[in-house]
Amino acid sequence: MSIALNAQGLSKSFNGIKAADGVSVSVADGEFVSLIGANGAGKTTFINMVTGYVRPDVGSITSYGREIVGLSPLQVTRLGIYRSFQIPQVFTGLTLMENLTVAINAVTAHERPLLSPRKAALNPDSRDRVDAVMERFQLGKYRDHLVSEISGGMRKLLDVGMATINSPKVLMLDEPTSGVASEEKFDFMDLVIEALSDQKAAVLFVEHDMDIVRRYADRIVVFHEGRVLADDRPDAALAQEDVRRYVTGKA
Amino acid sequence: MIHAVTSSPPLAALVCAAALMAVGLMLPDWVLFTASLALAKGLVVLGLVLLLRMGAVSFGQGMYYCLGAYICGLVGNATGVQDALFLVILSGLGCCALGAVLGVFLSAYRGVFFAMFNLALSMILYGALLKATSVGGSDGIGIAPPSYFGLSPSDEYRSILFYAFVVVIAAGVGLATRIYMRSELGLAALAVRDNEIRLEYLGLSVRRVIVFNYAIAAGLAGLGGGLVALVSGHIIPEFAYWTTSGEFVFMTVLSGPSSIVAAFGATALFETVRLVAGQYLPNAWQLMLGAFLLLSILFLPNGIGALAAGRRRTRAPDAKEDAR
Repeated sequence: MSIALNAQGLSKSFNGIKAADGVSVSVADGEFVSLIGANGAGKTTFINMVTGYVRPDVGSITSYGREIVGLSPLQVTRLGIYRSFQIPQVFTGLTLMENLTVAINAVTAHERPLLSPRKAALNPDSRDRVDAVMERFQLGKYRDHLVSEISGGMRKLLDVGMATINSPKVLMLDEPTSGVASEEKFDFMDLVIEALSDQKAAVLFVEHDMDIVRRYADRIVVFHEGRVLADDRPDAALAQEDVRRYVTGKA
Repeated sequence: MIHAVTSSPPLAALVCAAALMAVGLMLPDWVLFTASLALAKGLVVLGLVLLLRMGAVSFGQGMYYCLGAYICGLVGNATGVQDALFLVILSGLGCCALGAVLGVFLSAYRGVFFAMFNLALSMILYGALLKATSVGGSDGIGIAPPSYFGLSPSDEYRSILFYAFVVVIAAGVGLATRIYMRSELGLAALAVRDNEIRLEYLGLSVRRVIVFNYAIAAGLAGLGGGLVALVSGHIIPEFAYWTTSGEFVFMTVLSGPSSIVAAFGATALFETVRLVAGQYLPNAWQLMLGAFLLLSILFLPNGIGALAAGRRRTRAPDAKEDAR
């Protein structure tokens, strides 16, 4: 196993409020790590720092040994670090089919200066890949629907579908199951895991549902007020006294 | 038959061009003049449609329109070359190049800042041309009638030949634009309007998409300007004045972002309303145009292009909703 993501001593303040305070997290390839913590604990800030949206005040982040602090979201993505969002970031004015077509074309254009202004967006290559994602995430039924017309849960699937579209090396999912009906959450996570089964992606996912966390996480990183409170196997982390007091609320 | 035409863009372009030519042969010269003008301006509008697809509006497209006209006129007068194709291609390429350079800076701005930055640049050009006596100052410059591949038509055929020339160019540009709109990049431009963040997180440079479209729009405006210069025989700094740009935005809103034919149709409609209203209501034609735009916004928020695309779903610009 090699270290897919290694963050050391990350700190970030917003107007004097410490959103991250010496955060260190390391994830190996193939590992499934859950980030938990109350709202405002610094989970999303951590994801934003890794993916180049927010630059940490201090600290270092490496992916497979390469320093990524200071890179733009675009550059970070091109290194194979993909993310999904708490509120799905998709193209609401386009159909599901068009959404995935744009995504496929975008990721296959990383080596080119720009997408082709002549080659049809929906060509045999992109169509095959779009169909594969549709099938994997069971979205085929809605392929010609505008995304503004489909349910929040479907949008979430589409958002995650886009994040997993190009064999990510590191995948960061920000609350993948929020907005998904509770009885569908396990199915949802199964779909995500299946989509990644032939890859050795390091997966970090923010989650509030402890049933999901226990079932899918190899390891838990607990955030509290910008710090890492615990970083351990699920049973051990969740049994920790301060975690129970501050985070899971079962002291 | 109809299906064959609509499913084959080259055939559709050919049919449109042939139909326009057939109609043109029956028109008197003064209508041909207006029709040529409308097609030429339609190219400018088509450029703005490309920007509108990305959710961008420029209130300064008159700059490239004017520059294209001056390139055409100045190069023609200075070199004595009157070949229409050579001159308008030069106009288009010159403006495209300037658009590519300015686009790099302007692509950092969005919304009203982008629109007004363009407006400011166009007004600088306008001001400079007013003071530049070497290029005619406020009087502008005159241009000799164009020739076509060495042929100089007699006065009798000048209007119809120029009309044919504009029809061919419009059909060619329309076809190329149609291919572009369905391309990888063309679809990505629509995605820019919806969600730039997602595109960046797919590893696509939104900025490059914007610069490309901006440069093409500038080139089309230059091409249109060059054509208008040739058909009218006279160019003035007012081509860069903000009301000219405003008219182009007006036509673009009327057209909507979804159709190429609509871009030309909206321009033709605008020019017709102006012509007719100007004839019969010389003091109230702007009022007519205003009412006309108001109605189209109320009842056709996606422009007249939405009529043709009625069988397809609409893409309301406000479909963004809770995108963020």
